[in-house]
Amino acid sequence: MKSLQELRDMRKRLEKDMTARDDKEIAKVIIGMGTCGIAAGARDILQAVSDEINKRDLNVKIVQTGCIGMCEEEPIFDIVKPGEDRITYGNLTPDNARQIIVEHLINNRIDTEHVIARHNN
Amino acid sequence: MSKENIYRSHVLVCTGTGCVSSGAREIKDVFIDELHENEIENEVRVVETGCHGFCERGPIAIVYPEGVFYSELKENDVAEIVEEHLLKGRIVDRLLYVDDDKEKVPGYSDIAFYKKQKRIALKNCGRIDPENIDEYIANGGYEAMGIAFTELDQDKVIEMVKDSGLRGRGGGGFPTGLKWSFAAKSVSNKKYVICNADEGDPGAFMDRSILEGDPHKIIEGMAIAGYAIGADEGYVYVRAEYPLAIKRLRKAIKDAEEYGLLGDDIFGSGFNFKLNIKEGAGAFVCGEETALMASIEGKRGMPTPRPPYPAVKGLWGKPTNINNVETFANIPFIVQEGPEAFSSYGTEGSPGTKVFALTGKINNTGLVEVPMGTTLREVIFDIGGGLQENRKFKAVQTGGPSGGCIPEEYLDLPIDYDSLLEVGAMMGSGGMVVMDDNTCMVDVSRFFLNFTQSESCGKCTPCREGTKRMLEILNRITEGEGKSGDIKLLRELAEHIRDTSLCGLGQSAPNPVLSTLQYFENEYIAHIEDEKCPAGVCPDLKGAYYVLEDDCIGCGICMKACPVDAISGKPKEVYTIDSEACISCGVCADKCPKDAIAVG
Ligand SMILES: Cc1cc2nc3c(=O)[nH]c(=O)nc-3n(C[C@H](O)[C@H](O)[C@H](O)COP(=O)(O)O)c2cc1C
Ligand code: SF4
Ligand code: SF4
Ligand code: FES
Ligand code: FES
Repeated sequence: MKSLQELRDMRKRLEKDMTARDDKEIAKVIIGMGTCGIAAGARDILQAVSDEINKRDLNVKIVQTGCIGMCEEEPIFDIVKPGEDRITYGNLTPDNARQIIVEHLINNRIDTEHVIARHNN
Repeated sequence: MSKENIYRSHVLVCTGTGCVSSGAREIKDVFIDELHENEIENEVRVVETGCHGFCERGPIAIVYPEGVFYSELKENDVAEIVEEHLLKGRIVDRLLYVDDDKEKVPGYSDIAFYKKQKRIALKNCGRIDPENIDEYIANGGYEAMGIAFTELDQDKVIEMVKDSGLRGRGGGGFPTGLKWSFAAKSVSNKKYVICNADEGDPGAFMDRSILEGDPHKIIEGMAIAGYAIGADEGYVYVRAEYPLAIKRLRKAIKDAEEYGLLGDDIFGSGFNFKLNIKEGAGAFVCGEETALMASIEGKRGMPTPRPPYPAVKGLWGKPTNINNVETFANIPFIVQEGPEAFSSYGTEGSPGTKVFALTGKINNTGLVEVPMGTTLREVIFDIGGGLQENRKFKAVQTGGPSGGCIPEEYLDLPIDYDSLLEVGAMMGSGGMVVMDDNTCMVDVSRFFLNFTQSESCGKCTPCREGTKRMLEILNRITEGEGKSGDIKLLRELAEHIRDTSLCGLGQSAPNPVLSTLQYFENEYIAHIEDEKCPAGVCPDLKGAYYVLEDDCIGCGICMKACPVDAISGKPKEVYTIDSEACISCGVCADKCPKDAIAVG
C-alpha cells in the first residue's frame, strides 16, 4: 500500500461484494419465487437480473419473495428505489427483464408496458 | 475479485468458539453442499464470521440481503433453508429465533437482544469474514490508519484520543490519550506497543471474541498507537487457550504484511511497524502489565513495583505503551469518525461504549456492547431478557475477581467507571454475572477469593498469606463453624491486604468479600449465628426441606423425585417431607412446579 488513495480505490472495488449485507437503503429488485413463479420461469429471470446488475455494476439488492397472489401474471418482480413507489412488473422474459432493469434503474424510466401494479411505500 | 462473482445473497455462518462447539463447522459444510446440489453456488456465498454475541443460541446463520436470523440450527435444517429461503425466497418460520415474549423474530436488528446495543468495538464482529482482509477494507478498514499516517502528526493523533475521553477497557480505566502522551514523551531509539489479550477473568470472553471476529481492527489500532508514540514494533500477548483467536490473528498479520499495511514505509509515510504474537501460559497475574512484560522477556510472570512505569521503562527497558484489546478496538473509530462522534455516546466521565459478557442466571447469556451510562436494569432485563425461570433478582457481580456484587436497590444505576466504584464494585474488563435468590452470597465471595488466592504469584506476604487466611474463614463460615468475631476479622484482613499488596491482584482481591459484607451482612450473620444458609446452598447448613402447605397443589412430583423416598402424601393433598430421612439434596425443591418447598 503506497498511499491512502490506493486503499480508497481498493475499497471502492471491494465494496460491491458487500452490497448484499448493507443496511443502507438502496434500490431493490424483489422477485416472486412462489411455486407458480418458479414454474413460470422465475429462476431464469433471477439469473438474468443478477447478470445484468453485475454486468453494469449497479448498487442494487436482489431479494426473493413468495407468492403475492398474482400468479397469472408470473414471472413477476418489483423494483423499489428508496423514497419512490414500488413498481410491479409482470409477464417477464429474461430479455424484457434485462431491459426493464436498465430503463428503470439507470435511465429512471418506468416501462409502462409491463407494469401491472404500483404501490405507495 | 471479478465482477461476475457478485453474489445476490450471503449466508453468514458464525464460526466463533461458542458456535463451533455447538457444531457450526458442520452446518457450514452442509450449506456449501446444498448450494451445489441446488446449483446456486454462484448466486449465494457462504461466509464464516466471528461471534455475534449470542453464542447460547448457536449455531447461528444470518441470511442477507434480508438479514434473517436463524438460530440453534441442526445439520438437517440446512436443506430446508436452501430450498425454501435461498431458492424460493420463503423464510423458514420454524427456524427463526423466538424472542423473550414468545414472538418469532425474523430480522437481526429486531431482536431485543440487539436493539439497545451500540456496536463500536464489535461493529464488524459477526458481519465480516475475519480471515478475509478484503472484507475489512470494504467496510472502511485501515482507512483510519491511512489518515493518521499521511494526514496527521503524532501530537494530533494523541490529541484526538485525549479528546475522545477514551479510558482503558482492561479494568483500570486510565485515560488512554494521556497514557500515550507519556510514552510519546519518553526519548529512546526503540519503543514498543503491547496489546493485552491475557483475559484472565473467569467467564470473560470479550477480548477473545474481538480477536476472533475482527483481528484487523486490533492491528490497525495498535499501528496507530505505534505511530502516535513513535514505536515501530508491537506485541500481542494472547493466552494460549485461545487457539482460534491466535490462528486468525496470525493470518490477519500475514495478510496485512502482504498488502503493505504492516512493514516498511506504510502508505508511503516513511513509518514502519511490525507485529509479533506472544502466547501466554494463562496465569491470571500475567495480565498485570509488569508481569506481562516479564513474561514476554522470557522471565517468570511476576509483577514488579511501579514506578518506573512502562511508558518510561517497559519491555526490555524501553518505553512501552500497553493497552487492552477493546481499548485498541475503539481507536480506528475515533480517528475516522472524530473524537466527538465517540464521546457522543456514553457519559461525560466515561465516553463511548463498553462490551460486557453477560452470564449467570440470565435468559440471554452472551456478549453485548452498550453505551456507557446504560442502566444495569436495561442490560439485565431488556437485553438479557431477565432472569431464568422468572426467578427473583438478587445481585449482579461486575469486575470479575477484583469486583463486587451490586444488590437490587442499585438496578437503576447507570453503568460507568465511577458509579460502579461508588457502590463498591468496578468496571473491570466487563464480566457481568447475574445472580438469583437461590444464590448464597457467602459462597459467591468464597468462589472469587478461592480464585484470587490460587492465582496469587506469592511474591508479597499480605496477598499470599492474607488471602489464605480469609479463605479459611469463609470456608468455616460456609461449613457452619463460623465464630462471632469472623466478620470483623475479615474486614481487618481485607483492609490490610488491600493497602499493602504490590499489584492490583492483591489490592483488589478482598473486593468481593467487602462488597457482599456491605450489602448482605445479614447472610453472613445467619451462617455464623443461626447456622443457616438462607439461600439453601451451603450443604452443611441446609437443614431439612419442608412443604409450604398453602402453596402445595398435591401434584406428587416431589415424591417421585426424592431419591431416598423421604416424601409421602396422597394426590391432591398436601405432601410432607420426613425431616429425618431427608438428605437435603434439594431435588424436590427444584422439581416442584409451585415453588412450594422451602429449606431451613
Ligand atoms: C492481576 C491483574 C490482572 C490483569 N489482567 C488483565 C487482563 O487480562 N487484560 C487486560 O487488558 N488488563 C489486565 N490488567 C490490567 C493491566 O495491568 C493494564 O492496566 C491494562 O492492560 C492497561 O490497558 P488499558 O489502559 O487499555 O486498560 C490486569 C491487572 C491486574 C492487576
Ligand atoms: S499482590 Fe499478590 S499477585 Fe500481586 S505481586 Fe503481590 S503476591 Fe503477587
Ligand atoms: S411438588 Fe410441590 S406442589 Fe407438588 S406435591 Fe410436592 S410440594 Fe406439593
Ligand atoms: S406464486 Fe407467484 S403470485 Fe402466486
Ligand atoms: S460464537 Fe457464535 S455467536 Fe458467539
